[in-house]
Amino acid sequence: MTEAATATPSEQARKGLMTVGTLQKAVAFVVLVLLLGFFSIFAPNFAQWSNMVNIMQATAVNGVLGVAVTFVIITGGIDLSVGTMMTLTAVVAGLILTNLGLPLPLGIAGAVLFGGFMGSISGFSIAKLKIPPFIATLGMMQIARGLALVFSGAKPIYFNDTPSYYYIASESSISLLIPGLEIPNGVLIMFGVAIISSIVLTRTILGRYIFSLGSNEEAARLSGVNVDLWKIVTYGVSGMICGVAGLLISSRLNSAQPALGLGYELDAIAAAVIGGTSLSGGRGTVLGTIIGAFIMSVLTNGLRVMGVQEEWKIVITGVIIIAAVYVDIMLRKKG
Amino acid sequence: MKKLIAALSAATVLAGPAAAQDTYFPIIAKGFSHQFWQAVKAGADAAAERNGVSITFEGPNTEAEIDKQTDILNAAIAKKPQGLGFAALDSQAQVPALRKAADAGIPIVAFDSGVESDLPLTTCTTDNLAAAAAGADGLAEAIGGEGKVAAIIHDQTSATGIGRRDGFLNQIEAAYPNIEIVDVQYANDALKATETAKAMLQANPDLKGIFASNEGAAIGLAVAIKESGSDIVGVGFDSGKSQKDAILDGTLRGSITQNPVGIGECVVDSLAKAMKGEELPEVIDTGFYWYDKDNMDDPQVAAVLYD
Repeated sequence: MTEAATATPSEQARKGLMTVGTLQKAVAFVVLVLLLGFFSIFAPNFAQWSNMVNIMQATAVNGVLGVAVTFVIITGGIDLSVGTMMTLTAVVAGLILTNLGLPLPLGIAGAVLFGGFMGSISGFSIAKLKIPPFIATLGMMQIARGLALVFSGAKPIYFNDTPSYYYIASESSISLLIPGLEIPNGVLIMFGVAIISSIVLTRTILGRYIFSLGSNEEAARLSGVNVDLWKIVTYGVSGMICGVAGLLISSRLNSAQPALGLGYELDAIAAAVIGGTSLSGGRGTVLGTIIGAFIMSVLTNGLRVMGVQEEWKIVITGVIIIAAVYVDIMLRKKG
Repeated sequence: MKKLIAALSAATVLAGPAAAQDTYFPIIAKGFSHQFWQAVKAGADAAAERNGVSITFEGPNTEAEIDKQTDILNAAIAKKPQGLGFAALDSQAQVPALRKAADAGIPIVAFDSGVESDLPLTTCTTDNLAAAAAGADGLAEAIGGEGKVAAIIHDQTSATGIGRRDGFLNQIEAAYPNIEIVDVQYANDALKATETAKAMLQANPDLKGIFASNEGAAIGLAVAIKESGSDIVGVGFDSGKSQKDAILDGTLRGSITQNPVGIGECVVDSLAKAMKGEELPEVIDTGFYWYDKDNMDDPQVAAVLYD
């Protein structure tokens, strides 16, 4: 932290990213490979292509939410609202497509833009009203949850009038181009979101400012960065990505389930943290988060295939999170 | 002055249901956003109108929030209602709060899950053990009485989760010696149930059937069967449009429905009877039905299914 305070914070952050970040991503990747190896040996029927597809599909929603929260965490903030925001945007898509009967592209755009709008409200509370991110997004978590219930009349909204909605996450369009490559669309969308987000974070002004906000907000402000504006933009982008997650989950369930979503924010934060995103800000990568999300779903899937009780599965996931943060601390000391 | 009037009218609005009519029953459920609770509410509303009483219908956000539900209960008792309907999240933990109501002379009717105490005058409930056993019968029949089966249960700790799990497992063990239960897992929402069912199918390629213990679990089971292209027999619980569609298109074989509308009616009717001094039985079984493609349109079944 002190070294980052000496001028050009973003440059420092980037350098830190190159060394410690790369190392930790490598550690996370090794853990992922070890887990895959472990379950391949000890869980019968685990190591099959069909199960790899299961795992990828199970990663899609959490992976996308993880990316959403990564943007915010790198600025030194936190977003507790990503789970219920996902649900709210799914409900908005349902209102547009089923209740208003509008065409599919409008439903998709509506969900993503509404997510962006709600996200920027969180950003506004944090940047302009100076409400700590934890509190502002805790409030937004409840607002989104409540609105999802209000908008839907506390009933699931079905997409039976828009049959193509199901194809957003399920089915595999790529297998039509490359026969045999049965990767569901939802997984491709997750990778798409990850690649675009990664480019935004590493190659654009927005990414530059997100890192400098996280490593030293005051320095960024003094060097003329419009800190408030970029914070609002960051939370808005995060909200838009939640909108993508909302489309994925509701497409897969062919319905927007308004009561779902609480607890998903913690899985998303866990994915980011396991992947090396630092909760103190200034450091993190999209690739790391995606690896983190994969670690969680490989663990869940593998333990289920082994027939391990749900209770123990939860305990083990908790242990992995703590271990990941411990590695983070150790690497930072060295870094 | 204007402010005072505004405040007074606001207070009237807030106190509305209680003040508008003489008889007021707060009904406290385990939740309100689930379709099942909306159906219970519909039944309670109908019975309230029939009996000329006013009710409120409340519940905590999730079925784990026992403390929140106790707060709602205490607030309801403080309003000194003429009767109280209560679906306990924990059959023991909330007895002291209920005792306060009983001491104040407020008649209590329990619903959905019982309370381990003699404070409620009666309990309007589904016999979950018997209902899940009927689900086991439906599943067993569809797989020809032999093979491997598994169960996805919505909750480890609530009376409905435990009752349905045990009802299913006991019936399979007692009545079907050639059926082997290979796995019981827990999943509290539709997406988690989807991944759980897919892992079960992955781990047991020779699996013949899966039982899902509530609406969310059944939706997830149907998605998993569809996505994996498996031909196993799926049996669900409760209704909802997704589950009904899955039964109609053959993804699920059938399901057990409770009678949520009947539960809601039973609560309010029983409270009204109690006020008139009528005797009530210890438990009122509101019933359940096995339904599948063939009998979904029977009037008595269709009446208790909800979208």
